[in-house]
Amino acid sequence: MALDVADPTANRAIRKTRTGRDLIYRHRFFVRLTHWLNVLCVALLLMSGMQIFNAHPMLHWGIKGADTDPSVLSVYAEDQLEGPPIGWVQIGSAKFNTTGVFGVFKDKDGFLSGRAFPWWLTVPSYQSLAEGRRWHFFFAWLFALNGLAYLVYGFVARHIQRDIAPTKSDVRGIGRSVLDHLMLKHARGEAAKRYNVLQKFAYMSVIFVLLPLMIITGLTMSPGVDSAVPWLPEIFGGRQSARTIHFIVASLIVLFIVVHLLEVLLSGVFNELRSMITGWFAVPPEKSK
Amino acid sequence: MTRELITRRAAVVGAMSAGGLILAGCDKLSQSPTFQSMLEGAEKLNLHGQRLVLTSTAPLAHEYQASDISRVFKANGTINPESADYRRMAMAGFPNWKLEIGGLVKKPLSLSLEELRAMPSRTQITRHDCVEGWSAIGQWTGVPLSHLLAQAELAPNARYVLFRCADDLEQSSNGSGLYYETIDLVDAFHPQTIMAYAMNGQTLPVPHGAPLRLRVERQLGYKMAKYVMRIEVVDDFSKIGLGRGGYWEDRGYEWYAGI
Repeated sequence: MALDVADPTANRAIRKTRTGRDLIYRHRFFVRLTHWLNVLCVALLLMSGMQIFNAHPMLHWGIKGADTDPSVLSVYAEDQLEGPPIGWVQIGSAKFNTTGVFGVFKDKDGFLSGRAFPWWLTVPSYQSLAEGRRWHFFFAWLFALNGLAYLVYGFVARHIQRDIAPTKSDVRGIGRSVLDHLMLKHARGEAAKRYNVLQKFAYMSVIFVLLPLMIITGLTMSPGVDSAVPWLPEIFGGRQSARTIHFIVASLIVLFIVVHLLEVLLSGVFNELRSMITGWFAVPPEKSK
Repeated sequence: MTRELITRRAAVVGAMSAGGLILAGCDKLSQSPTFQSMLEGAEKLNLHGQRLVLTSTAPLAHEYQASDISRVFKANGTINPESADYRRMAMAGFPNWKLEIGGLVKKPLSLSLEELRAMPSRTQITRHDCVEGWSAIGQWTGVPLSHLLAQAELAPNARYVLFRCADDLEQSSNGSGLYYETIDLVDAFHPQTIMAYAMNGQTLPVPHGAPLRLRVERQLGYKMAKYVMRIEVVDDFSKIGLGRGGYWEDRGYEWYAGI
């Protein structure tokens, strides 16, 4: 697999599907490999991260923050004099009843449980901060090394410069692209061989802003790292702010994943999955007038 | 629309059932000793990665202003040890309490609170980061551990400093739940590593570990043993407790808690 000779930049139709559509070699092996490793890491990091959050289901702003300090977000169970407890999510001064999902939910065995994130969102599914931390740090290292390998490859092979960085003409077509997205219109023919401008901006933000921010805010929560790099907590406004930003950025990554998967569903699951597994993508033909 | 081998509905249903299988698999893996030891590999990376940065420059943890001190400093874990011996000492204000220093040292010591207070001291306002995620800021005054270890004179094979405590969070009848902690000599000789007898200018209160607690400012809260009764210098901790180097370590947490 190391010798991946097909040149995706040529965008030549090297093969045809049975229905006569052009097959182009869209994703090279290294991009596919790092993509799926990233899927594994991000999924497990999110789930073990929610396990860790459950140990102190509050977010604070500033250098410090514990149970009795002000919180920007908190998830808690409120016992009732009669009947089952209520699960609440408090964001700023707003409060939402989330019984059944957050704060109070039925555990795997059907018992009411008073944790923030439900069992089906955490790794492991039962409450264990110690195990959650182990999963988190192992996959954090794998995630960071995989991301680094992707970046080195991406720049050396010019994948980032060529396929992901938006061009000037891309930027000029941004209005058109917004309209296309709103109408759920997907590119066909020549245009389908490239990423569209909104897609490029989304990938750029994830690769260069959101994912690196996760690593940096994660490291800022380490007392060891903070002593060696004292300006790190300062740029985020303190360790507890860094923890809150870690959570917000993780939520933005979840938002990206939702839209990303939605686009895969809308533009053809089989074709998109095939291209990310084998590299080969069938170009949707231009609509005949 | 061309015929699709995987329909949208099939993709969604497939992804959800795969998710369920993965979840069940994660729980199994999480309880498998082999998989756990693979995950634990990350702790070594954390330790050596941080030590690479921390020992070469020996940085101090940030020290804060008096105005930063937390109004309420959360007391976690044991907040009032149950043992009758401890209760009796605490009621009287620890007049006959002595800190024992022994193990791999040339001159074992036995020091009263008075004697500790008469030694050189260090006062620092630092941030206490709990493994659970919260932080509190407090001011601590105590004897640098390096001073105590220098007085006791380490034997050449000294590698770790062990703290034996009076609290038993599990209230075990056989002492298997007694709190203990170990740190290596890098942290033991760090200038901010102190045996604190005062907090926020007051005598160390019981919920925070009276009469004496450890402060290891570049690690998480569970390393900072409260209710310290005895300090032992050892060359190995594999035969102590469950062999992982501390109360919480024996219950699955990392020995190196710098992150």
